[in-house]
Amino acid sequence: MKFLTKSKLAHGIVAGALVAAGMTSVGAPAKAADDVLTLGAALSFSGKYSTNGKHTKNGYDLAVQKVNEMGGVKIGDKTYKLEIKYYDDESVPARGAQLVERLVQQDGVKFMLGPYSSGMTKAMAPVTEKYGVPMVEGNGASRSLFNKGYKYLFAVLSTSEQYLAESINLAAENAAAIGKKPNEITVALAMENDPFSQDIRAGVLDDAAKYDMKIVIDDKLPKELNDMTATLTKVKALKPDLLIVSGHSKGAALAIRQVDEMKADTAMLAMTHCEAAAIQDKFPGKSDYTLCATQWAETLTYEDKWFGTAKEYADLFRATFDGYTVVPYQAAESTASVLVYVDAFERAGSLDQDAVRDALAATEMQTFYGNIKFSPAGNNIAKPMVLRQIIDGKYVVVAPSKWAEKPVVFPKPNWDQR
Amino acid sequence: MWDNALILVQAPIFNVQLLIDGILIGALFALAAYGMAMVWGVMNIINIAQGEFVILGGFITWWLSTYGVSPFLGIPISFVALFAIGWLIYKIVICRVVDQDLFISILATFGISILLQQLMNVLFTADVRTAESGLGTMYLFDGMVTVSEIKVVGFVLALILGAIVVVFMTRSKMGQAIRATAQNARAARILGINTDVVYAVTYSLNAAICGAAGALVVMVWNVQAFQGLAYTVRSFMIVVVAGLGNLPAVVGAALGLGALENFAGFILGIEFQMAFIFSLLVVILVWRSLRLKKQRKVLR
Repeated sequence: MKFLTKSKLAHGIVAGALVAAGMTSVGAPAKAADDVLTLGAALSFSGKYSTNGKHTKNGYDLAVQKVNEMGGVKIGDKTYKLEIKYYDDESVPARGAQLVERLVQQDGVKFMLGPYSSGMTKAMAPVTEKYGVPMVEGNGASRSLFNKGYKYLFAVLSTSEQYLAESINLAAENAAAIGKKPNEITVALAMENDPFSQDIRAGVLDDAAKYDMKIVIDDKLPKELNDMTATLTKVKALKPDLLIVSGHSKGAALAIRQVDEMKADTAMLAMTHCEAAAIQDKFPGKSDYTLCATQWAETLTYEDKWFGTAKEYADLFRATFDGYTVVPYQAAESTASVLVYVDAFERAGSLDQDAVRDALAATEMQTFYGNIKFSPAGNNIAKPMVLRQIIDGKYVVVAPSKWAEKPVVFPKPNWDQR
Repeated sequence: MWDNALILVQAPIFNVQLLIDGILIGALFALAAYGMAMVWGVMNIINIAQGEFVILGGFITWWLSTYGVSPFLGIPISFVALFAIGWLIYKIVICRVVDQDLFISILATFGISILLQQLMNVLFTADVRTAESGLGTMYLFDGMVTVSEIKVVGFVLALILGAIVVVFMTRSKMGQAIRATAQNARAARILGINTDVVYAVTYSLNAAICGAAGALVVMVWNVQAFQGLAYTVRSFMIVVVAGLGNLPAVVGAALGLGALENFAGFILGIEFQMAFIFSLLVVILVWRSLRLKKQRKVLR
């Protein structure tokens, strides 16, 4: 009996403490210190996007650290230090939407940074729209985000239909190398059956139609994909000139392994998520000559007043965070999102959400990540995608020609010559 | 679709490629299906966590390979490690649901599967992992047909492991006890068989076989914390087609489904690969129930 009362008492104390703690956090919203400007972000620290969620956070944190080091954000005659309030969205879209409500309603956050992935962004954008809270994001590329008439959503990255379209142009430019005209080139597509990869497919189809190229294989890889020998057997049978694959990290790793195992020869192999799957380390030699789409590369010649050149950004990033040899573009575009905010705050000269929104819409700037100028729909139209080819295990920019470090190796050598 | 079928008629060599690949793929699924058939037959539990055991075996092998351990050694190590993990899971959860309704055990193993997914996600991160076996490719018919050597190794190991399981079940004392328990658990108990131990061994053995399969999967394909469901679903299907308690049939069904699946992927497009297999499952189930009805008529 005595024991029971004791434990009840303990429960009571714990409950009381929790209530008290809850009250203080409600009673003291983010504006506790006057000179701190809080941005909100719900990121995937757990669940299936946790790797890229971490890259995103590192990108945001590095931007905040740098901006604060350089004196913070000047708005009118006041200076603010930046700060980000994070929550873990567990890689679950519904959870993400709830957390945005919480950030806006309970924590009093007036400006949002984007989550990782198109799916999560899609879940959060309707909420930020509802409250008129601007959201600048660097990791939601699906073009379906930009045909909904959202007014408060801005994305610094290139939309997904541009990811691999450049590979078609590259093949057309170099068609003579395989003794063909552009309209004689045949294309095989193996794209995962999800919105992101299907967007990429749509972009590739548009560009292939421009040159009148023939699509000979158009397979949609299932999500639970663990084998693509059926598709690759078709590649061996039909011998297309280009093989274009998009299936996130697991698709990239699988394609490299099985293209090598089956010795499926094509003049070009182009794909996404090479860096995320680290194919250059996991499959040394086998991954050579693969073309990889990337939003950003540290060899590009962009620069800004915060980080200097892309290369300087990458060096600082590696010095700040452990375990990176290649700086993932997911981190770079996250950093750029914060820089876009800083620029817009300073031009708006106030913290009024609509004034900042209008300033964001008028953005026209260069960052280490690339040029940024938003279309009326909110996507960045000033920065092209970049294609890199893996040569001797290193990523070399080959397109667009303005930044090409070396000309593309096309056709890539057949397997029996490697 | 007809274009693709036409390729197979005009260049029959690609039939060989598809058939070989399909059978080799099927062998890997056969391993996971053995265990499921055993647990289902003996304990009347449909183990939803089957795929997670496979993935976990893969992760263990990958993790060891980062310390320079050969992935081939990962096969026995994963086998032993998963046996231990299976035993633990049995003692904590499964022993409490083994005599209950099928629905309860499905829920329990579903819970275990989610738990394992998230634990693997925390321990090994959400990255895709793969281990290099260092084996190459065999060329047949002037290089027209390529066979990856690691898949052949997987195929042979699947057959050997299957044979060992069959011998274990028919010859060893524990195997006989397992079969006796499967036939009538109560009678087995009366005759002095400790069914609790039998169940624990069955469940752990299942996990161990899946672990070995996972070690092969990480060398043949890749593993990721959330990929387990594909293996669970396929084992389930193979067992439904093959029936319980018939291990040679499990092997046959796995190889057959693997080959059919590959042909379907080639002809219909890879997006219909799974859809085709599921439609086939429906057809088989309908056919079976019709046959059962016929038998009942005879009995009447």
